[in-house]
Amino acid sequence: MRTMSVLDMFEFKTDEETGTLPRKEARPKTPLSQIETHEGQPIKIMTRNLSVFYGINQALINVTMDIPQKAVTALIGPSGCGKSTFLRSLNRMNDSILGARTDGKVLIDGINIYAPGINVVALRRLAGMVFQKSNPFPKSIFDNVAYGPRLHGIQNASVLEELVEEALKKAALWEEVKDRLGRSALELSGGQQQRVCIARALAVNPEIVLMDEPASALDPISTAKIEELIHELKKNYTIVIVTHNMQQAARVSDFTGYFYLGSLVEFGTTKKIFTTPDKKETEDYITGRFG
Amino acid sequence: MRSMSVSHPTTHELLSQKGFRLKEWLIERMLVAAGITSIAIILLIFLFLFKEGVQFFKTASPFDLIGKTVFDPYEERHVFKMMWQAVSVLPKYSLIPLICGSLLVALPATIIAAVFGIGCAIYLSEMASAQLREFLKPTLELLAGIPSVVIGFFMLTLAASFFQGIFHTKFRLNAFVGAVGVAIATFPIIVTLVEDALRAVPRDLRDASYALGATKWQTIWDTVVPTAISGISAAMILGFGRALGETMIVVMATGKAPIVTGNIFSSVRTMTANIAAELGSVAQGSEHYYALFLVGSVLFTMTFVLNLTSEIILTKMRRKLRM
Repeated sequence: MRTMSVLDMFEFKTDEETGTLPRKEARPKTPLSQIETHEGQPIKIMTRNLSVFYGINQALINVTMDIPQKAVTALIGPSGCGKSTFLRSLNRMNDSILGARTDGKVLIDGINIYAPGINVVALRRLAGMVFQKSNPFPKSIFDNVAYGPRLHGIQNASVLEELVEEALKKAALWEEVKDRLGRSALELSGGQQQRVCIARALAVNPEIVLMDEPASALDPISTAKIEELIHELKKNYTIVIVTHNMQQAARVSDFTGYFYLGSLVEFGTTKKIFTTPDKKETEDYITGRFG
Repeated sequence: MRSMSVSHPTTHELLSQKGFRLKEWLIERMLVAAGITSIAIILLIFLFLFKEGVQFFKTASPFDLIGKTVFDPYEERHVFKMMWQAVSVLPKYSLIPLICGSLLVALPATIIAAVFGIGCAIYLSEMASAQLREFLKPTLELLAGIPSVVIGFFMLTLAASFFQGIFHTKFRLNAFVGAVGVAIATFPIIVTLVEDALRAVPRDLRDASYALGATKWQTIWDTVVPTAISGISAAMILGFGRALGETMIVVMATGKAPIVTGNIFSSVRTMTANIAAELGSVAQGSEHYYALFLVGSVLFTMTFVLNLTSEIILTKMRRKLRM
């Protein structure tokens, strides 16, 4: 399977799902390679004045953020600060929440994913997601990983086998499960289940992997494995990770954003945020004086 | 300032206080008693049915329950007949026509109710808006509240003629008419149980499916329904048990002819209809009386096994979903 390019979002059949194609001006004006941050990293995801409302509650207030390509960006902040909401708005998972409304823009490779005519199915293929609680389907390990490719129409058994093996290898799980792919994924340990979920997300060849506290329910050894994996994955993927654990953010991420009460307080390289943050609030949170 | 004259109990005094509370003790015992009573009642019914049923064998052989070789005056020879003909010079107590009738009504009824019920449950749990569901659920519960005699009456008077008009059947009252009536009675149970099973599928799994780019339909068919499949099967088995036990509708709408047949448009007599029709007019302690208890025992065993199976499946599913 070839790697998915962002333009595939428009090549997909979108008629019944979403209607018309986006207008021309929604396409990137500047080629991706020319957009760069202050750190010299090209930008993968840009949000511009992103606000999310649940009914009358505003969960996210005018967040403007540039997420670099092929790097790990950590989102930290106290519970209820909007970091998960932000993460879920990057692949429009908030769409399925009743009464959720999004304002502003999220641009992936310069394309606004909230523009009319965007194919949400293709978007989610581009930006996979790993959840807080490992949530493998009550199916075999193989069927779990093959779920995504099958959804997108791959039926050929040998192609599927290849994809599953590749994904499990990327998720550093292949050696542990290669002899029992037919067994239920629920028989695995918590850490292994979470890696099945990661493999499942990787099997559709995304460019972006969104992780919502992927290790919060795991023991220290499994957590270490997941962190190692994240480190490995950033060579090929743009990773955005929400975490409660500040040491984890410091260990795995290259960039960190600190959220508080729905706003992005500060964003910068992890080194800077953890050593010389610009804002007093950030420093207070990092040093544990608050939160 | 707080007065210091209140003496605080020592740790020893505190811990050796009597922790006994009469009211709680009584309530606890009453609840235990209530639980035991219901189990006891079931056991007693079970025992009573079997005690009476077994006495049939005092006078008859177990083979009589399958059929009897009798002289057929028309063919002028002895033939083996599977008949229920309890009031006769030579009574025949074959259970085959009754079991056959019960299955011929209950199976199609379950299939009809399942097709509509599962569809309806998927709509209710996955697609209907909250307001619509709030309207539809009570309506369905109302359907469950229709007395079966009313459904039977409706099938007997209106629906039977309607179906005869469509299918041009020989007999106006037949297994199919009964099955449709029983399906109406079973439908709300299946909808409720299937909907429970679907809603028990964790939101995480749906999210995971959506996050992989699945559409709503793909999520329903590839994740929600397969995850809930044991609950759905349990609902169908329970529905089948209810359909087997349904009495009033089949008494009124199936024609009550105890015939061994596979034709769904033939008149049939179910085990329940047979008991309902005959037990009132039978001499207590007669062979016929015991035979009817035997029919009851068979019916009870069948529904008991079905309910037990469905309960086991449900327990396994709950464990699987870690609920």
